[in-house]
Amino acid sequence: MKKVRLIARLDIKGPNLIKGVHLEGLKVIGSPNEYALKYYKQGADELIYMDSVASLYGRNHLGEIIKDAAKEIFIPMTVGGGIRSVEDATEILRSGADKVAINTAAVANPALITQLAEKFGSQCVVLSIEAKKSSNGHWKVLTENGRERSGLDVVEWAIQGCSKGAGEILLTSVDMEGTKKGFDNELLKAVSSQVEIPVIASGGMGKLSDAVDAIEKGEANAVAMADILHYGKATFSEVREELKVNGILVRNYEFS
Amino acid sequence: MNSAKVTIIDYGVGNLLSVQRGLEKCGASVTISSDPKVLLSSERVVFPGVGAFPDGMNALNTLNLNSVIKDFVQTGRPLLAICLGMELLFDESTEFSLTSGLALISGRVVPVPSLSPQGEKLKIPHIGWADLKTTKTHQNWDKTVLSDIKPFESAYFVHSYMAVPKYEENLVSTVSYGGNNLAAVVQKDNITGCQFHPEKSGEVGLRILSRFCND
Repeated sequence: MKKVRLIARLDIKGPNLIKGVHLEGLKVIGSPNEYALKYYKQGADELIYMDSVASLYGRNHLGEIIKDAAKEIFIPMTVGGGIRSVEDATEILRSGADKVAINTAAVANPALITQLAEKFGSQCVVLSIEAKKSSNGHWKVLTENGRERSGLDVVEWAIQGCSKGAGEILLTSVDMEGTKKGFDNELLKAVSSQVEIPVIASGGMGKLSDAVDAIEKGEANAVAMADILHYGKATFSEVREELKVNGILVRNYEFS
Repeated sequence: MNSAKVTIIDYGVGNLLSVQRGLEKCGASVTISSDPKVLLSSERVVFPGVGAFPDGMNALNTLNLNSVIKDFVQTGRPLLAICLGMELLFDESTEFSLTSGLALISGRVVPVPSLSPQGEKLKIPHIGWADLKTTKTHQNWDKTVLSDIKPFESAYFVHSYMAVPKYEENLVSTVSYGGNNLAAVVQKDNITGCQFHPEKSGEVGLRILSRFCND
């Protein structure tokens, strides 16, 4: 079995780290890189920076934040929000990001996934999927940070994204996001059982055992956390311990 | 203490900023260059790279850096190759079409196995943290870039292809992925290659870069 990755997700609006519920009702938490550095030192395996309003304004403002982060933070960083072209991705990667996450632009133009994968390699392309459960028990894809409906079926879109060359899927449950009620493990399982690429669980972590469930029930390959970290309800060491106790492989990390 | 002077080879492939920042964090003064004169007069050279093998070789050939890297190695000064850079050290790769490499270390570059020895499917690319293990020929890591690393500390990998050195003595460390052993660190004389990204492997990676800068 492969190690599960523990990821801090930082949602950004302008210069601020923010947090919302169902991707709405955004609240300012503080300076993104102060938190990022704290998580790096706690032993985060990766960071995800998401510009929450970028696609609305058609621009990603994370370049400067990432450049600063790259001076002190030496773990993989994924950046998403408002990336619409190979040029946008190039700029973000030059700033020190390792992967780009795309959602709205990929839905509008699935060929972008392939263009990015051909230029930078699949490992660089994270397909971000914002999923909302519909009444028939299936999940639909939202875009524009949860503001717009695309009409696409999540599982079908995940399969398509995979075949277009995405290297990972960041799967955010809009229903669970910010609720602290646990991940949508059915959603995770529905996608992870259908794609060959790693799936990152996002949205809903409220307690340590939620991470265990996402991995055991949802078959997630990585877990993204936000609130629980930002509000100091858990540290990476605690999550790591909880997973180890449950027999899940994680990175060996000695707090120094 | 004088700071180590390190030149990163710029051949248009990959994320140089992170490597630069990592080396700087270790106290090195860093130059980024594709100028043969600068590279040949460097104290230490880092040969990074992300992407496909044929693109990497094309870029080196276009900039005439192929022979420059070989000449640098002849000086006996330390070279650290990272990820695609490490793969390019070998004789050839089967990525897309059979492509010749720099042939500085004997061996081939082949796809990471997509099945475990028990026949289970494995996700490719191999992305994530994996534990560095010793090898038959390197039971300890004295006199390698891993001399400050304990076995089973983790490093960050992102790759679909892997190097298979012809001679076991070149294999310093491996990692297990789904039960298959993959080359993690290779070494031949003054040449070291890391399949993982030390600049993305947290404190462990910084210790490796620091060792490279100070040996």
